[in-house]
Amino acid sequence: MAGRWRDLGLAALGLLVLLLVPVVGAPPAIRDFIMFGMAYGLLAMSLNLLIGYTGLVSFGHAMFFAAGAYAFGLAMQSGKFSIPGAFVLAMAFTATMALIVGAICVRLNEIYFAFLTLAFQMLFYNIILGWVSFTGGDQGLMGGIPRPKFLGIDLADRTQLYIFCSVAFVVCIAILRQVVTSPFGYTLRMIRDNQERAAFLGINVTMVKLACFVISACIAGVGGILLTLFVSGAYPNFGFWTTSGEAIFMILLGGSNVFLGPLVGTVILRLLNDITVSYTSHTELVLGIVILVLVLGLRKGPLDLLADRWENRRQAKAQAVRDAADKDAQAGRDA
Amino acid sequence: MLKLENLKKSFGGVAATRDVTLDFADGSLSAIIGPNGAGKTTLFNLITGRFPPDTGRILLAGENIAGLSQRRIVRLGVGRAFQVASLFPTLTVSEALAAAAQAHQRRETVLRSPFPLATTTKHGDEIMELLGLTRVAGILSRNLSHGDQKLLDIGLALALEPKVLLLDEPTAGMGPEERWRMIETVQRLWRARRMTLIFIEHDMDIVFKVAQTVRVLSYGSVLAEGTPDEVRTNPKVIEAYLGKSAHGAVA
Repeated sequence: MAGRWRDLGLAALGLLVLLLVPVVGAPPAIRDFIMFGMAYGLLAMSLNLLIGYTGLVSFGHAMFFAAGAYAFGLAMQSGKFSIPGAFVLAMAFTATMALIVGAICVRLNEIYFAFLTLAFQMLFYNIILGWVSFTGGDQGLMGGIPRPKFLGIDLADRTQLYIFCSVAFVVCIAILRQVVTSPFGYTLRMIRDNQERAAFLGINVTMVKLACFVISACIAGVGGILLTLFVSGAYPNFGFWTTSGEAIFMILLGGSNVFLGPLVGTVILRLLNDITVSYTSHTELVLGIVILVLVLGLRKGPLDLLADRWENRRQAKAQAVRDAADKDAQAGRDA
Repeated sequence: MLKLENLKKSFGGVAATRDVTLDFADGSLSAIIGPNGAGKTTLFNLITGRFPPDTGRILLAGENIAGLSQRRIVRLGVGRAFQVASLFPTLTVSEALAAAAQAHQRRETVLRSPFPLATTTKHGDEIMELLGLTRVAGILSRNLSHGDQKLLDIGLALALEPKVLLLDEPTAGMGPEERWRMIETVQRLWRARRMTLIFIEHDMDIVFKVAQTVRVLSYGSVLAEGTPDEVRTNPKVIEAYLGKSAHGAVA
């Protein structure tokens, strides 16, 4: 219970810091950086619920990012929905899509799961490209996303949009935190560690995986909505495989075993991107080198490394307690 | 409590279980022995639903469970520990037991409250106490000693509060002294929980000392069954284990 209050406190603190950014008069570039970071951060954080916590390596996660973005954008452009209405509609669409895709994919393991998610993503991407009259094809949703006022909130205003996105972002992170610290979150870890044994404890592995897949897709969908609001459009590359790949990069760069690892990875990736792009057009080359160093050198994300150090210390302490208990028991037997 | 009737199972052309009929009384402690490849583990796999028998019935408290899914059979009260401990490497001992207990209480999908739930912690603590695992409560499963891993494996099965508990070689890979400690623990939990316990074992000293009833399997069928004394002096058993020529020497 104490942990939960601490988490809520940290979430409130995080939100406060985010909200202070416009107040202290940070330059617009920083605000833009944070907005991009929040959208992609949700993509990476939600993907890590699958990869890090459940052991489901999905290569197609960006399709739900795009699903949220397009569903929201199209609903707003139709003029029939308020922003909250379109938000709910986009969530429902993303969840339904995840339910269908997930029901087919989660029965498969490892590489088969990865490739099937990739295949569904390419299918979705090609539908977006091909259905020009509806989605705008490779041009994306053109003409801007209307942002009518609701409840006195005007998202056409940059600051109000920023506040709205910050709140949505922190709420999503809090939801993810709630999931991984709940009994359900530990069931996910059991499935990651040893699926057969989990099934042997009476757990319905397929259903739990599917539920996790849908939750994760919905959070990615929120990320897509934030991006759509921010860039006032939706583009096919939101759902291209490279976007899924970037999300995996973010997880690698931060660490998959630490809750906020992917978020740190998002910041690192976007910083690397923004810095290198002003010196060279070969940003991918720089990224590739960094990833190689991480994979071959550290073999894990920087945050994982720190977490491991900490865990080893804790384990050493627990071992010491055990050894002391064993010694006492031995003394008892001898006497 | 558990009755096997005319169980048969073949893999390709190989008959792993041929016409096994056995009756395990409620609350009994019995051992299954037999040479390598006698079909002991296959029998456990059939009972727990890892694969269905070709023919025959498996009656749990009178209800036929043959052909049901593994998950269904677990829920009906058949627990199992494995020959090679099957654990959750990244969970600590207390986390693993709480997680197993929450699965048993059908709370494995609870999202609202934080892990571990108070009811599951209590359940897990009792098991740690019973198995002497309290001293390693905070240690990750992958860092446990071999003996403690085997105990935790049994603990995970116990978290399901099984009516029938199957232990596949609980003493596998242990030194002589450790074996006896293990089997004492098994005996203790059998008394404490009053369940039907069946274990596979290779060490004859242990089997004859601990088990109430001994079943001998050979080439997939039941060679002999009875009290340890009956089985020990059964000529067929001696033959299967020691070969014909040694018959006179042992008798």
